Amino acid sequence: MREPLPPNTFSLPSRARFTFSPRLSLWFIVAVVLLYGVIYPNLHVAVASLQQNGGWSLANYREVLSQNSVFESILASVGISILTVLFCAIVGIPLAFLFERFTFPARRLFATFAALPLVLPPLVGTVAFIFLCGESGILARLAQSVFHLERSPWSLRGWSAILLFHTYTMYPFFYMLTGAGLSRIDAALAEAGKSLGAGRARVLVRIILPQLTPSLIAAALLTFMTSMASFSAPLLFGGDVRVLTLEIYTARQRGDTTLALTETVILAVISLSALVFFQRYEGTRKFAAAALKGSTKKRRAITSGKSRVIAIAAGVVFSLLLVSPVATLVLVSLAREGSWTTQTLPAAYTIANYTKIFSDPRASEVVLNSLSMSAIAAIAAMLWSFCVAALIARKGRRHWKRLLSCLILVPWALPGTVVAVSLAEAYGRPSPLLGSFILVGTFWILPVVYFLRFMPLVVRAVQASMEQIDPALEEAAGSLGAHWWQKFSRVTLPLVWPGAIAGTLLAFVIALGEYVASVIVFVPTNRPVSIAIASELRDFNLGTAAAYGVVLMLIIGLVMMVATRLERLRA
Amino acid sequence: MPLLSLKTLSKRFDKTQAVTDVSLDVDRGEFFGLLGPSGCGKTTTLRMIAGLEKPDSGSIAFDGQDITSLPAERRGFGMVFQNYALFPHLNVSENVAFGLRARHRPKSEIHDRVKAALELVQLPGYEKRRVDELSGGQQQRVAIARAIAIEPALLLFDEPLSNLDVTLREETRSELRELVARLGLTAVYVTHDQEEAFALCDRISVMAGGRILQTGRPRDLYEHPVQLSVARFLGRNNLIKVMRLSSSKAELGEFKTLDGGHTIRIRVDDKDLVPLNQPCILAIRPEHVVLTNSDEKNENALAAIVREIDFAGATSSVKLDANGLLLEALVLETNGLAAGDRCTAILPPDRISLLKDA
Repeated sequence: MREPLPPNTFSLPSRARFTFSPRLSLWFIVAVVLLYGVIYPNLHVAVASLQQNGGWSLANYREVLSQNSVFESILASVGISILTVLFCAIVGIPLAFLFERFTFPARRLFATFAALPLVLPPLVGTVAFIFLCGESGILARLAQSVFHLERSPWSLRGWSAILLFHTYTMYPFFYMLTGAGLSRIDAALAEAGKSLGAGRARVLVRIILPQLTPSLIAAALLTFMTSMASFSAPLLFGGDVRVLTLEIYTARQRGDTTLALTETVILAVISLSALVFFQRYEGTRKFAAAALKGSTKKRRAITSGKSRVIAIAAGVVFSLLLVSPVATLVLVSLAREGSWTTQTLPAAYTIANYTKIFSDPRASEVVLNSLSMSAIAAIAAMLWSFCVAALIARKGRRHWKRLLSCLILVPWALPGTVVAVSLAEAYGRPSPLLGSFILVGTFWILPVVYFLRFMPLVVRAVQASMEQIDPALEEAAGSLGAHWWQKFSRVTLPLVWPGAIAGTLLAFVIALGEYVASVIVFVPTNRPVSIAIASELRDFNLGTAAAYGVVLMLIIGLVMMVATRLERLRA
Repeated sequence: MPLLSLKTLSKRFDKTQAVTDVSLDVDRGEFFGLLGPSGCGKTTTLRMIAGLEKPDSGSIAFDGQDITSLPAERRGFGMVFQNYALFPHLNVSENVAFGLRARHRPKSEIHDRVKAALELVQLPGYEKRRVDELSGGQQQRVAIARAIAIEPALLLFDEPLSNLDVTLREETRSELRELVARLGLTAVYVTHDQEEAFALCDRISVMAGGRILQTGRPRDLYEHPVQLSVARFLGRNNLIKVMRLSSSKAELGEFKTLDGGHTIRIRVDDKDLVPLNQPCILAIRPEHVVLTNSDEKNENALAAIVREIDFAGATSSVKLDANGLLLEALVLETNGLAAGDRCTAILPPDRISLLKDA
């Protein structure tokens, strides 16, 4: 009927011939990056902290831990983080129940803004908080003028200030993960519970909450780690509260390298232990998602009058709370420099702050710096993620894969301060890996830091997309005669790219506003936006600082819109 | 020489031994079935044939060449997956053309072959449709078209009909058989559905626990299962626990039933004879049990009382109690029998199989 296909598809492999092995070259690339970026710098810091006068000793730790200030900073970091987890849970979980289980007017309003604090760069958020609720912020001034007070009724300082800010910026972890967990729970389970005679409270405690535990643990972990790494808030309104990240920064500024290194190791150890602790616990409470037939109603309408009013009010109030710092920032960015002194709101408005950013080359250069460095880091992270995902997606070699996953997780688990300090120490002088080339002080140090810090995000996004692909698709391609490159380019890549790009864009926007690590290793000739914001703030150019913040937020918002579109494309 | 030959294949996944010592031969043009319950290793065996799993030991030969370590993409076998594995980002014709593109065939040839393949599966004109717009049956046809478009040297099916509803399944089944025969292809077909395997396959290997229990033509497997698990798996059976009597010297073996104490004679080969005074099992299909009211002397005639009659449309299932030995007979006509009646159940000797394992 038809002539058979030529036999090129059916020939025996010759073992003697050298063949390009994609897997081997992937392992090589991945190993080199991990060695240079993760293993060597961290080992270098750990070793350096264990040495004094050329010999091995624990003397550094004895000295450091005997200083009250260091001990207090450890307690403060851990204490603030635990309280942050608690407060975020108290705020985030009920909000998730309210907004994800019920439907009522104003629900969408809140849902739109719920994740806003997550994309707000911490430094920008901190600045906005100062403008809004600082001692001389809008709210304090308002209270002063209403109650005719001499001085500000409160100060935005210390534990309470940090906790307030942390709760605002980190509650989304609990809100979003609880919401996602709730939507995964089969409504039929609750119905089954009710049919067996369990009341509403019993269903909640015995059926819903146990199934939520994995989500809650994941949220607690994210919150704890983010809080341990928090730097901007303690720096700008921590007052007397000294947390570890801040201690490390100031020790380095003073030139006390040994102290900085030792504290870095302590911070790293606490963060990694928290990760291990939470993950171990998480593993014990995993529930297989039951894929059952039948419709599960996700949200119930609130129809009764009183609770409806309360729910709507909650929706509006919380939405306002979420938006107000951003609104404040926009307002201040439009204030004429020096016009906002004792009034509740700035007295005179102008767009001069923006024209300055866009017309003054020295000012716009900063934005371009951040854009280009973040783009370099994000694109590198995407390419890297494909290498990693291709290795992890393959069968076999489980031990190597586990090691690989762990090493990739390290820069994510470590606070930005730790990543920056270890790179600065490892490559701040001639090193065995780079020879006489000194990375610190060059343009490349920040893109490298951004890459290391945020590539785990992209790896996760790519891996998540890959896991959604039916493995039979690649097998089908193989059985149809496709080689590894054809399988990858014609089957895997077209299915993975929306998720990969979305993850890359996320890494890009987070890198745009990065401050914690930048402040440690930035080069004066190549300042990112965050550094510029901090220095404008120091010079009391509030309008310019705010305008930078708004520009950042606009770029971030735009990019995130593209990312959500892509997410939808994938679904 | 067989076209495909598996020799003592074994495969282990972590803690589970998926396939043990599987050997089988498939002749050119044969439609070969792998039948067994889920988890019996049939799919793993198929995946090893396809090159998607590497056997731990044993070898696979195709057309005289050893292909044990040849990667899937160089075997040139077509495979139809259980969930079809259609590429969701490609339309129907791009899916069917995939294997041809991978072989860098000229455009015009790809076009012609895709068209021909779609015509063969009765989906002409569906070229530009998205695969997720298609019904389950249509997706299935696309999957088959994609596999036959590459002119496969061997066609592999992994439970391709299990996602279709009953009527569609039977329709597709006969079309599939016809298509494979028309193209003169050799096929290996994995299924857990006995009826499907019987209807499609020239020969079948029944698998359980990672091993092949018995290989043969469907009728032989059905009428003469050699093992208890095969008998159990292939349709209903009366399994009678018996002991071989020491006094039997005749051409027929004599067995004593443990329940009811009846004596049953069957034809047995000397080599199959079980040791004396050891329990073993006889099997007879319900439809082979003959019911009669006459007292005529017959081989293996047991007096029985009707316990229960289940009407099942064309046939009726009569549950019998022969002095404690419970039997089932499948009859077309009940001839006025009712529960409580006495009757005689005849077990024709040539319909009884002696099973190997107890």
